[in-house]
Amino acid sequence: MYPRKFDYTAPQTIADAVAVLAADEGAKVMAGGMSLLPLMKMRLLSPATIVDIGRIDGLDRIEDRGDHIAIGALVRHAETAASDLVRVHAPALAQAASLTGDVQVRNKGTTCGSLAHADIAADQTAAVIALGATMVANGPGGTREIAAADFFVDTLTSALAPDEILTEVRIPKGGSGSAYDKLGRRGGRSDYAVAGAAAWVDKPNGTITAARVAVTGIGTKPMLVDAVGAALVGTDGSPEAIAAAAEHATEGVTLLEDLYGSEEYKAHLAKVYAARALTAALGD
Amino acid sequence: MTVNGTTYDRDVEPRTLLVHFLREELGLTGTHVGCDTSYCGACTVIVDGRSVKSCTYLAVAADGADVRTVEGVATDGELHPVQEGFWERHGLQCGFCTPGMIMSSVALLEQNPDPGEGEIRHAIEGNLCRCTGYHNIVRAVEYAAAKMRGEEPPAPDWEVPS
Ligand SMILES: Cc1cc2nc3c(=O)[nH]c(=O)nc-3n(C[C@H](O)[C@H](O)[C@H](O)COP(=O)(O)OP(=O)(O)OC[C@H]3O[C@@H](n4cnc5c(N)ncnc54)[C@H](O)[C@@H]3O)c2cc1C
Ligand code: FES
Ligand code: FES
Repeated sequence: MYPRKFDYTAPQTIADAVAVLAADEGAKVMAGGMSLLPLMKMRLLSPATIVDIGRIDGLDRIEDRGDHIAIGALVRHAETAASDLVRVHAPALAQAASLTGDVQVRNKGTTCGSLAHADIAADQTAAVIALGATMVANGPGGTREIAAADFFVDTLTSALAPDEILTEVRIPKGGSGSAYDKLGRRGGRSDYAVAGAAAWVDKPNGTITAARVAVTGIGTKPMLVDAVGAALVGTDGSPEAIAAAAEHATEGVTLLEDLYGSEEYKAHLAKVYAARALTAALGD
Repeated sequence: MTVNGTTYDRDVEPRTLLVHFLREELGLTGTHVGCDTSYCGACTVIVDGRSVKSCTYLAVAADGADVRTVEGVATDGELHPVQEGFWERHGLQCGFCTPGMIMSSVALLEQNPDPGEGEIRHAIEGNLCRCTGYHNIVRAVEYAAAKMRGEEPPAPDWEVPS
């Protein structure tokens, strides 16, 4: 089905794109279009203007910046998943990207687009929260940074203003490991998360000194569950310690029942996947 | 844009989807539309070397791109090994999903000439088939992979009763 009529512009620079967004209330950014176009085809969303950022130079890179890596707004899921930099410094994100949609979706959809879209059941959202990432937004007032844990505000709502563009996500290096795992809607790990969890741990000398676990798919937004990390700090990360910590996986989460499961089922899965992600993050 | 080696210069409405451009503007109706939700993969084409869903791609965004469709995979009347594999191993029944399956398989074999069964199944996760149960599609891709490597394709896994 055709989307409703709209104007189309493909600016060459971030400044030009922001200028269009600031001047036109009905304008919307398009990156890979893999979430935007399906909504427009179903006419659930009908922007007056599409600002295609696909022709802006320099946004398609994954860069090593010393203490962090930066993933630009046009980096596709497939590129995030295959990148050696991401696999070494942010395995949870590489795994989440490799489990996002199918081959064709990963060839076109972008990591930053998935984050900006803020779907409650997306994969990479949980990964960037657990990894302690920083979002870099560019708007009429210049550039600002937003911590991943504060970026996801509500269902399909991020902290971005309508005239801001997410130009990159920065992931700090460090820690001993990270991982992401989920149950997919089509069974196995296929499709959006019925429930998923990402974990990041630092265990320098046999004792966990810091840990973060984020959950997705089970509530009104992907979120950091502080209680899981707190329960792990000071332990040796044994299977018992992981199991005890994972019991906290729904603390502070507003659970949401959907077609794929009841609140009770989702709460159960959250604990299972928190434990699996932690076990994988603590593995070699 | 260039489609199957021929360059076209057209003005289109921004909301024209690539699949409609191919089918209605260029008359290339091999690329199918099987859904409204971007899930079925019947519309799969290869843009600049990557398989994508042409129903979820604005034609204007493909300005300057190199597009390949199912009409472009055979050369000089000779079937592409993937097409031959679908023929030889009965990789289709109604055939609706086949153009998309073929394009996903061609893209896979260009990146990975020797995929295992699991890799093939993973590569066609974005292509739905309501007839075959996928089994013979996997065999068809294995057939093509062997042929393209210059090897003898594995024997069919059915037996003709005597
Ligand atoms: C069949 C199918 C299966 C899928 N399965 C999964 C899955 O298993 N897991 C999963 O997580 N996702 C899944 N998705 C969604 C997919 O990950 C999308 O690619 C992603 O959500 C959006 O990225 P995009 O670049 O395509 O963004 P677009 O569709 O272009 O944009 C999405 C939204 O984000 C905004 N936006 C995009 N980029 C920016 C930016 N840089 N700055 C500001 N705003 C921006 C747009 O304005 C729009 O509102 C699936 C999609 C499809 C079609
Ligand atoms: S027509 Fe179904 S995915 Fe494109
Ligand atoms: S052969 Fe009929 S849908 Fe695949």
